[in-house]
Formats: sequence, structure tokens, C-alpha cells
Amino acid sequence: MLKSYIRARRQQKDLLLMTHIVLGYPNFDDSLRVVEQMVEAGVDLMELQIPFSEPMADGPVILHANAEAIKAGATVDKSLEIAEQITRRFDIPFLFMTYFNILYARGVDKFVDEMKSIGIQGAIVPDLPPEEGEEYLAAMKRNALSPIHIYTPNTPDARMRQLSDQSDGFIYTVARKGVTGKDTQFSDELGDYLARCRASTDLPLALGFGVKSKADMDFIRGHADIAVVGSETIRVMEREGVEAVKGFIQTLVA
Amino acid sequence: MKYSGYHGRFGGAFIPEILVPTFDELEAAYLEAKADPAFWQEYEQLMSTYSCRATPITYAENLTKYFGGAQIYIKREDLNHTGAHKANNVMGQGLLTKRMGKKRVIAETGAGQHGVATATMAAKFGFDCTIYMGAVDVARQRPNVFWMEQMGATVVAVEDGSATLKDAINEAFRDWVTNMDDTHYVLGTACGPYPFPDMVSWLQSIIGKEAREQMLERTGQLPSRCYACVGGGSNAMGLFGGFFEDESVQLVGVEAGGHGRGIGQHAVRLAYDDATVGVAQGYKTYFLQNTDGQMQETHSVSAGLDYVGVSPILAALHESKRVRFEAATDAEVVEAMQLTVRKEGLIPALETSHGFAQAFKEAPEMSKDEIILINQSGRADKDIFTVADAIDDPKWKEFIIRKAEEYKRA
Ligand SMILES: Cc1ncc(COP(=O)(O)O)c(C=O)c1O
Repeated sequence: MLKSYIRARRQQKDLLLMTHIVLGYPNFDDSLRVVEQMVEAGVDLMELQIPFSEPMADGPVILHANAEAIKAGATVDKSLEIAEQITRRFDIPFLFMTYFNILYARGVDKFVDEMKSIGIQGAIVPDLPPEEGEEYLAAMKRNALSPIHIYTPNTPDARMRQLSDQSDGFIYTVARKGVTGKDTQFSDELGDYLARCRASTDLPLALGFGVKSKADMDFIRGHADIAVVGSETIRVMEREGVEAVKGFIQTLVA
Repeated sequence: MKYSGYHGRFGGAFIPEILVPTFDELEAAYLEAKADPAFWQEYEQLMSTYSCRATPITYAENLTKYFGGAQIYIKREDLNHTGAHKANNVMGQGLLTKRMGKKRVIAETGAGQHGVATATMAAKFGFDCTIYMGAVDVARQRPNVFWMEQMGATVVAVEDGSATLKDAINEAFRDWVTNMDDTHYVLGTACGPYPFPDMVSWLQSIIGKEAREQMLERTGQLPSRCYACVGGGSNAMGLFGGFFEDESVQLVGVEAGGHGRGIGQHAVRLAYDDATVGVAQGYKTYFLQNTDGQMQETHSVSAGLDYVGVSPILAALHESKRVRFEAATDAEVVEAMQLTVRKEGLIPALETSHGFAQAFKEAPEMSKDEIILINQSGRADKDIFTVADAIDDPKWKEFIIRKAEEYKRA
């Protein structure tokens, strides 16, 4: 189970690292190689994003990666296939991140059953609030998978508690307003917000949006259990190639 | 939110968590305004002094004679300030923005009509304004971009995806998830997450309310058929809203048939069976998508109808068969527009002309006692470049070449 894995791992480390890739960007072979680099560098868990044509909550870097992946022929079938290879080969938990239409088009139950059978442990669906997620939440529960919901600086305490009740594994807290991939000020204000998040749930907290350096990681340590790095590894890969990803991750976890 | 915003199995609010409190606030403001007669009074007052409400109904005598069937009447939304029905929704949302105490508005635009209307409202009410517009549309609707910028709006050309309306909507949402505290997103059509489809339809219902009264007063009877073009569906919802209770009135929504059948060739979500039910841009409806759920390219000669989704309320009315959906092709549309210009001296926008094209197909087969009503959602000033291309007008080309040479020399 995701939650117990995170708890156990936290006994050994004071901050875990979750990374993210867009499956099929720039192609599926490179996706596999990037995962390999990340796992070797010591990443604790990973989000695999299935590309969607309308990634409303994503900023320019991930948006571009989604569009290019689709252009290069990334389908949902191929994404599931590669995800299965990944979960077989690497011994850390993998989650899906995608938009609801990808689940809906395939059939929510079918999609979630397939997630289970290929060894994916949970999912983040940023355009699916629990109010719209009845079928999804039931399917996740039936398969003992973790539905992960999002806390934001705008989320009132009462809603945080409601979201926590509908979640499993951990809570994804976004560090600021806006979309992925823009800079974040890691400040005292953020510390206050994370304290509020902590008070509203027993689940571990992951913090994402704008995390990209060891200094950011050092700030997060003590405030959250997991740091999430998304857009920055895509930038590193685009700038310096797939081989540079491992070195970059190593600087974060050093 | 208090309500889920479903119409049959369509609608809902598939919104990112960060916008949940913003939607709570918007729904509350909308429900409060709807329950407050003073709001509608203020809205009507504003529209009768700043725009041209009530817009008249014109009897198209020459077209009626030409087709020799039903009597053709036209609801003149083109006489609104900025030249389209978009002004109704925008001024209404402007009043709501004031009520919510916000200082900045953003909007997506396809044809640019909604962008111009929003920029106008922002200038009048003193709001900052940013308009998102697909780069393809910026290229084909330059006159509207020019006016938006003159009114002080920032126009952002969106290069992502297909660089049309849907991509402009995504980009507006990306702005909103960052700036919701002081910013209202003035969505331009009866789509998107609840409460937008309901709220926009409510504000546009001013068209149908007026039209029903005007028809009874002028002709002593209700029209047997009403026609409106359908992009997102706001002008159609506006006109049809006056006639839902009148079972004898057939309501006909006309979508963009583009080059004809086949996915990628058109923007027909309901009249053809190329679209399937999905969830995108925050709501559930019929989308032009592939089996994976990826949105597909659409095509229409009119930027304002070139959209992958359609109002969830219209999708429900399609399933309940209260509204009939048809498609008109680019060629039919340009022809219908030229005929209307020639016979009546009216200049329907390319979007609007879809409704005319379908009405012209049906009018000759109807009896002379019957009346049809077409919604002229907008005028075609903005379309002058596209129409000149479509009819290949040599004098226009000469003019543009001369103008370009002048600019080159300057
Ligand atoms: C003149 C005109 N009519 C119709 C439309 C289509 O929108 P809707 O279906 O919301 O009325 C547009 C959109 O830009 C427009 O400019």
C-alpha cells in the first residue's frame, strides 16, 4: 500500500522525492530511459502522465510535452503498455497523472481495473473533483488503489478535511496558485499553509509546483514528506539530453 | 456549489481544485442576481442605453417572395453595440464582476466578437482586460484584434494545440487559476463548467423574451420554426429560451458543416454522428474527439463556430429532441450570406449565416401562412477579409495590394 510504503521510507529519509514524466515525450524509448535514470538516482516514487490534448492545469513546459507526445503518436494503449513495462522493471511505486477524459473515453471502471492489473498504485486526476468522481472513487476503492487529491492555498480547512476523507496514499499540496512549471517563492507564508495542510489530514503530504533545486528541497524538509519535481526535469532533458537527468536528480537528493 | 449543473447527463463542473472557492463565489453571485429583480432591471437599463435593446425584428419581404414559402422574420442582434449578441452576455457578466468586487476581466475569443465585447465592457467599467485568442484566429480576424487593442485590452495570441477557440479557453483558465482573487473569467458562450452554461443562457434569454413578444405583437402568432447558428450555443440558447414552453414552435440549431462530413472537415457535434460524449474544458458534452479522448481538429469558414464542444444544455435538448440540429457547409453559408446582402441589405456574420442557410433550405417547402424567425446573431464587418476571399473579389484585392504598397513605402 502506498501510504505504508511512504511511512516506512520516511523512517529512513527525512524527505522523499517524487518525479514526473510525460509518457511518450519525446518518445517511449526515452521515457523508459528517463525512468531508469530517475530510479537509479534514488527517486522514491513517480508520476507517469498520460498525454491529453487539453491539459488545462499544466503550464507551458508540460503542455508542450503533452502536445509533442500526441503528435509523435502516443496513444493510451501504448502508454499503458509502457507503464506496465516500467512497473515490472522498477521497484518503486508509480502513479498515473492524467485528465479525466482519458479515463472516461476508455470507461472509468475499465481504466481503473487496467491500472491495477499493470501495477500502477494510484492516480492524480486534476480536473476531477470528488463531487464528479463517484464512479472513479468506487473503482479505485474496489481495486485498493490510491486516489490522490490536491490541496491549494485557496482550499478552506473544511474542504481539506473532506478531500482527505476521499483520498488515500498521500495528499498533493500545490505550493502556490497557477499552473505547473512557474517559479515559486519558498517562504514563511508557505510554511504556514503547509502547517494548515498538516493539521487537516493524517495522510503524508507531497509538495509540488515550482520545486527545482536543492535549496527548495531543504526548505520543504520538515514541512512535507515528499517533494515533487515536474517541469524542471523536462527542461533538463530538453536542454542537456536524457543522460543529464540522473545527475540533476542526484544534486537534488545529495 | 449549491447545484451540480447537470442537464440530463451533460454539464457538471470538472474544475481544478484551486478554482473550487472561485466557483462557489461565482455561483452564489449568479443565483443572487437571478433572484434579484433589481439586477435584471439594471441589466435591461444598461442594454437599452449602452447597446440597442430591444433589438428590432425585421420582416424580410424580398427573401420571403424569393423563396415563395414561409414568411421570414429576422431578430436583429447585429444591432447590438459591437455588432453581435455577445454584448448581452458580456454586459451582464460585467455587472456581476462589479458585484463580486473584482477589478480585472479575462476572456477567450474565437471570431473576436466576444473579445471586442469584453474589451468594450472593460473600458466602460474600468477593468483591466486580457483577451486570449488562438493564433489562427488572430490571423483571420485582424479588425477585431485592432479594436480590442485600441480599447486597452492585452490580446494574447495562443499558439498551442490547434491555435483556435478551445486553446484560447485553456489559456484563459491557466490565467484564472493564477489570478482568481481579483479576476473574473467572462466565458463567452453557453459552455464550460457550471454555472457558465446556465448563467450565459440566462443572460442571453433577453433575446428570446423580446422576440416572442415582438412576434406576437407584429404578426399575432408564434413562428412555427426558429433558427440559430450554434458555436458554443449562446445565441441559440438565447433565442430558444423564449420559446421552450411553446410546443408548436420548432427550434433548429445549425452547426458548421465546413467542407462536409468526416472528422476534421467540420465542427458538427450534434447533427452528424462524428462526436462522442466526453469531458473537457470543465464540462461534459459531445466533443469531436478520437477514441482515446483526444480532441480533434475542426474546420469552419467562421471562426466563431470552429469549436470541438457544444453547450451541455443543447446536448440535453438534442437528446430530448426539443431542438433539431442541422449543418450548413461553408459554400452554402457564403451563398446564403450573399443572397441576404443582395436581397435585404442585411449583412449577417459568417457564423450567423449558417442559420440563414438552413432556413433557406426549409422555407420554400413551408406554407405562406407559416412564419419563421432567424436569429441574426451578428454582422459581418469583421468578416470582410474572409468574405472577400471566399467570393474572390478583384477590386478588394487591388485595394489591399495598393494599401500594402503604401505601408511598405512608409
Ligand atoms: C456573430 C456570432 N454568432 C455566433 C457565434 C457563435 O457563438 P454562440 O454559439 O455562443 O452563439 C459567434 C461566436 O463568436 C459570433 O461571433
